[in-house]
Amino acid sequence: MIYAGLDVGSRTIKLVTLDTAVRDAVVIPAGVNPLRRCQELLAGKNYAGLVLTGYGRHLVAPAAGGEVVSEIKAFAVGARYLYPGCRDVIDIGGQDCKVIQLSEKGEVQKFEMNDRCAAGTGKFLEIMAQTLEVPISEIGALALSASGVIHINSLCTVFAESEVVSLIAKGEEISTIALALHEAIATRIETMVRRVGIKGEIIFAGGGAYNRCLVKLLEQKMEQKLIVPESPQTVGALGAALLAKSGKIRN
Amino acid sequence: MANENEQMWQELGIDLKPHGALMTALGPMFQEIYLSQPNRPAGMGFYDFVVGDIHGIRVKELREHAKNGGKVVATYCVFVPEELVWAAGGIPVGLCAGTQFSIPMAETVLPRNTCALIKSSFGFKLGRVCPYVQASHLIVGETTCDGKKKMFEILNEYQPVYVMEVPNKKTEKSRQLWLEEVKAFKAVIEKLTGNKITAENLKQAIATVNARRQALQRLYNLRKTSPVPISGKDALLVTQVSFYDDVKRNTQMINTLCDELDKRVAAGEGVAPADAPRILVSGSPMAIPNWKLHHIIESLGAVVVCEESCTGTRLFSELVKPSPATLDSQIKAIADRYMNIHCACFTPNEDRLDDIVRLAGEYKADGVIHYNLQFCHTYATEAVRVEKRLEKEGIPLLRIETDYSDEDAGQLKSRIEAFLEMVKH
Repeated sequence: MIYAGLDVGSRTIKLVTLDTAVRDAVVIPAGVNPLRRCQELLAGKNYAGLVLTGYGRHLVAPAAGGEVVSEIKAFAVGARYLYPGCRDVIDIGGQDCKVIQLSEKGEVQKFEMNDRCAAGTGKFLEIMAQTLEVPISEIGALALSASGVIHINSLCTVFAESEVVSLIAKGEEISTIALALHEAIATRIETMVRRVGIKGEIIFAGGGAYNRCLVKLLEQKMEQKLIVPESPQTVGALGAALLAKSGKIRN
Repeated sequence: MANENEQMWQELGIDLKPHGALMTALGPMFQEIYLSQPNRPAGMGFYDFVVGDIHGIRVKELREHAKNGGKVVATYCVFVPEELVWAAGGIPVGLCAGTQFSIPMAETVLPRNTCALIKSSFGFKLGRVCPYVQASHLIVGETTCDGKKKMFEILNEYQPVYVMEVPNKKTEKSRQLWLEEVKAFKAVIEKLTGNKITAENLKQAIATVNARRQALQRLYNLRKTSPVPISGKDALLVTQVSFYDDVKRNTQMINTLCDELDKRVAAGEGVAPADAPRILVSGSPMAIPNWKLHHIIESLGAVVVCEESCTGTRLFSELVKPSPATLDSQIKAIADRYMNIHCACFTPNEDRLDDIVRLAGEYKADGVIHYNLQFCHTYATEAVRVEKRLEKEGIPLLRIETDYSDEDAGQLKSRIEAFLEMVKH
């Protein structure tokens, strides 16, 4: 009996399959037609249960025939499975960022999530990486190599981009600019964490957790080590797959 | 009828092209949000008809009234004492607007960082797309928020605006000031209509408006049952329409609807399963056609059972108390009634926190969603205290800040869905 969790994110689609242990974890770009990507991914597969989560869950669910769960719940369940003692989860995804506090039993107790804007999300870093002409996978390392410290005042992607452009025009080192951008995101996430409250071990998940500079800055701000799962992007899909297996979805 | 309406709109100075676009957009939106709901009460037929002809038949009635020398008084707030307008033979209409459509028009003048309700309402006048504002003889504003207060100064350049001063505290001195404001408003209305407000016509008006408040109370009481016999969206629409429909007709329609709901309750029939999460929405008003939050909540399988807002309990929970039949004591009773509205413009405003806790209990809410329009500083900041209080009471709360646009629908859906999973647990 194979169960599957599909996390239809704004930038990537994640599929995790499991029975008694995780069998497979796949990450593919969402592209402009995530529904078709999902259908291709699921073609010919027959799972004992499928649960969808992520931004595109309601788009894909009718076609794929699974149940839906919010990303917040999915990340909570996934994180708790990997680290049974964890109490807080930070997730920086492509289009949103969230902080979830879990009860001792692992239930979602409180959460904060960005509303409409891209401030604090992967999209913010992606646009800034483009402006600085570095691949998104390298912007963290670039920021860590910075020798100077400056501040980016704006968290709004549009305004921050013009701020970056004027810093470039002033001849500022791009590593220093990159560091300032990371600092801006980390500050934003810190505010969300403070609102929710730190209860214990913090898991850092989502694509943003691949960024070593963000990990370092957040650890400094939280004054504790963050736990980054081996595959931070698939924690939500893992949670969805676990929910498919447990059958504990409403409806 | 379409042609007749168009001629009327033209006479009112409506800019027909954008107005046509607005009307065209409303139909499919109403279809998707309202008409597609399963198992609606037959009594909602009247409200569907009203929305279907939203700028037609009621505007025609107002024009007829004006042709016979009657006056139309437009308002933007539940603080303006409508009894005085009815007593003098005038017709009050609520003008608050709830659509993104007119916001770009408003932003050619107003700062962008202004709440959607203010921009949408102002845009209706600036863009000449609202026949209600065009048909009104006087606009009555108030000082419940700084954004509106300053907007009224600009609006006054387009159409006469009279502003009532609503105090910010509930001290004896403030109550005295408000009483004076109500008296001054009486004089303004008498001058506008040319009719004297007397103990007799005011008594009638008080009874008439109280009857509508009681009908709305009856409707909301029915929402306390489980399964709930009417959707939150439908109940919200009834409240929204109450702002501009004829008070007597509307009272009758609400009571007819309630008769039907009584039968549903007796039969244990509901619009959602008995175990659907029950949500109390609290905060900023939702002017027609702002159905955004309710639609998201109810599309996710929950049901809104009460609105603690100006398009909810704040509109009707207080009646004007019976008083001796002298004009002075009636006016005092009216002033007292309006000072009992627990708007976030007051400091302190502990009564509102008590209201939310009490309503959550009475309506057996599984959770509260606090809703505030972006840039509505009073409700946004008061939400901090609401959060603390509800945490103490053990009532789950989700805070939402949004506007009329659809750009955050995805994020809202995720947050609300997660909240529903949480409260259902």
